[in-house]
Amino acid sequence: MSLSSRHLLGLNGVPKEDIQLILDTARTFREVLERPIKKVPTLQGKTIVNLFYENSTRTRISFELAQKRLSADTINFTTSASSAKKGETFKDTVRNIEAMKVDMIIVRHQSAGVPQYLTRISKANIINAGDGLHEHPTQGLLDIYSIIEKKGRLEGLNVCIAGDIAHSRVALSNIFGLKTMGANVSVCGPTTMIPAGIESLGVKVYNNIDKAIAENNVLNVLRIQLERDAGRRIPSLREYHQYFGITAERLEKRNKEILILHPGPINRGVEISSEVADGPYQVILDQVTNGVAVRMAVLYLLGTMHN
Amino acid sequence: MKIVLKQVNLLHPGQKLNEKNDLLIEEGIIKKIGGLDEEDFKLAKVYDFENKYCVPGFFDMHVHLREPGREDEETIETGCNAAAAGGFTAVACMPNTNPPIDSAEIVRFIKEKSSKHLVDVYPVAAATLARKGESIAPMLELYDAGAVAFSDDGSAIKTAGILRNALEYSRMINAPIIEHCEEETLADGAMNESFTSTILGLPGIPNVAEDIIVMRDIMLAEFTGGKVHIAHISSKNAVDLVRQAKKRGIRITAEVAPHHFTLTEEMLKTFDTNYKMNPPLRTRVDVEALIEGLKDGTIDCIASDHAPHSIEEKEMEFIFAPNGILGLETQIGLVFSELVHKKHLTLNQVIEKFAVNPRKILNIPVPLIKEGEAANLTIIDPDLIWTVDISKFKSKARNSPFDKRLLAGRSISVINNRKMFFEEKFFAI
Repeated sequence: MSLSSRHLLGLNGVPKEDIQLILDTARTFREVLERPIKKVPTLQGKTIVNLFYENSTRTRISFELAQKRLSADTINFTTSASSAKKGETFKDTVRNIEAMKVDMIIVRHQSAGVPQYLTRISKANIINAGDGLHEHPTQGLLDIYSIIEKKGRLEGLNVCIAGDIAHSRVALSNIFGLKTMGANVSVCGPTTMIPAGIESLGVKVYNNIDKAIAENNVLNVLRIQLERDAGRRIPSLREYHQYFGITAERLEKRNKEILILHPGPINRGVEISSEVADGPYQVILDQVTNGVAVRMAVLYLLGTMHN
Repeated sequence: MKIVLKQVNLLHPGQKLNEKNDLLIEEGIIKKIGGLDEEDFKLAKVYDFENKYCVPGFFDMHVHLREPGREDEETIETGCNAAAAGGFTAVACMPNTNPPIDSAEIVRFIKEKSSKHLVDVYPVAAATLARKGESIAPMLELYDAGAVAFSDDGSAIKTAGILRNALEYSRMINAPIIEHCEEETLADGAMNESFTSTILGLPGIPNVAEDIIVMRDIMLAEFTGGKVHIAHISSKNAVDLVRQAKKRGIRITAEVAPHHFTLTEEMLKTFDTNYKMNPPLRTRVDVEALIEGLKDGTIDCIASDHAPHSIEEKEMEFIFAPNGILGLETQIGLVFSELVHKKHLTLNQVIEKFAVNPRKILNIPVPLIKEGEAANLTIIDPDLIWTVDISKFKSKARNSPFDKRLLAGRSISVINNRKMFFEEKFFAI
């Protein structure tokens, strides 16, 4: 079995069989992570570059760890896009890296479309680690993995993504992946955070968090990204928390069976209360562990493909 | 020197001219239409233009020549060469150069630099000093130096108050204010805002950003009696607003760029920065409204918004890449392929949009095809099938999304200022 594409640019259009293969492979690696010796020689001799043009701690560490667990050689290239803009062009940077004979490039960039652009200028396998407001496919995959791990299935499950949908690449990857796997997907947030035409993806829209909690089996709570000037679209974090924040009280009143996911980093007291973030409903730290296994699966499947 | 255009279809809607005949041009002047004798053919260079159309020289009223300031992207000379190759004998160049065209010296510099070319260059001066939107430019002096209109192109005139002054002041010379319609607090994006921008994760520019300025400008044109010309109109609502305003007798005109009626936002799915422009490519509904606006006369002109950019600048991450594409050398082909051959516009309407209306808006006399008049002509082969090849462009830049596109119809020659461009070359006539 192998994937139908040699890149992972997003979950839009990725067939169900591919997602299933990644999830099954991740399950194997998840077991490896529980062993005393957590390393396998699968990608020995492969060189992988983590090309990060935007701040990221957990995604980069997760990818790096996944690469080390697979025995690949890893280089990190971290810069801010704004400083790179002044000097060397993106294309020149990529060509330099390419000249060092790399096999895979993991890329994060603040502009949508950069992973696609990379496939045109590089021969390496490209994995998107987040591009602009577009996609973050490995996050979508690890969320799906985590839901199945807890709920046993996805087919027919009601999953709601709550928060700033318009400014989230996690939301889009979740929507595409979850729908392909048969879940009923909805989004919830203030009207200013719901992007144009999202219903056309077959997604239900809520503006009332209590209703969303009552009607869903899973709630994926997104970070309110202050750095993406959420401030212009909501009056205050206080008001957001009051009307959209996930609190223990809300969950107990509306839906005691609900599963809470959060891609992190969490803003306690804004989109989620500490009680919920540390409480019995959530699987936030399991997501982090699963993230390493899912990324190992993607790296393994792409890294061992015959290009 | 004498040249004869043999058996060419002479077409001029303003003169109600439509006949097949021989045309004798001597020292750049139209000497004879028909009735040529043996003597006339003697010593004349004869061009067999049977089945070709000879029309008044086309005028592109919206180009960026980049000089002064970005001569690495385009110069007045290379831009004029591109214009001639594309079938144009005149262009109006926009003031967002560096320094901007906001002083008589810069206007004179451009006039001087272009004075020996086949293509006439008419500078559009900045409407406000340094295009900052704070105080109006010295319009009377700029006009006397050769400016034909005023614009802060690249952005709209910042405030309603300054636009009011610009419209009132420019009334003294009857020059239009050309507006790039965009409310900047709504326009912080990289493509049209829609379902497509949502799934591509690119920040969107809603069409209301354009519509709201079109509305404001219509109201101020009505209030002041000044002339507003809407540059590169792109949204359906904006076309509707202009249509209604014209019915009410307000002095408003509009132009559209070929990319806006030939391409839609769907092209952005490639993340190719040659589809990044401002206003952005819109939807199928908008494209249809633009074509309708051209047909019923709501949109007066077609203009390229020719915007050269260096390869390094366009080959950038999408959100950082600059807006704009080349247009001079593809627009006649696009207009014939998409509008004439598809029966949306007649050849006469194309002449109106390319030769007559731009000059009327800018108060420039329309060249006549008449004995005794200076020859200012575009020769068109409406059926010539050709493939766009950006490596052959006369422009210095290469940022066109139309490379390799098959088109039907193009200009094969232009004549103006006692010069002729034919088969890739300029020569004196």
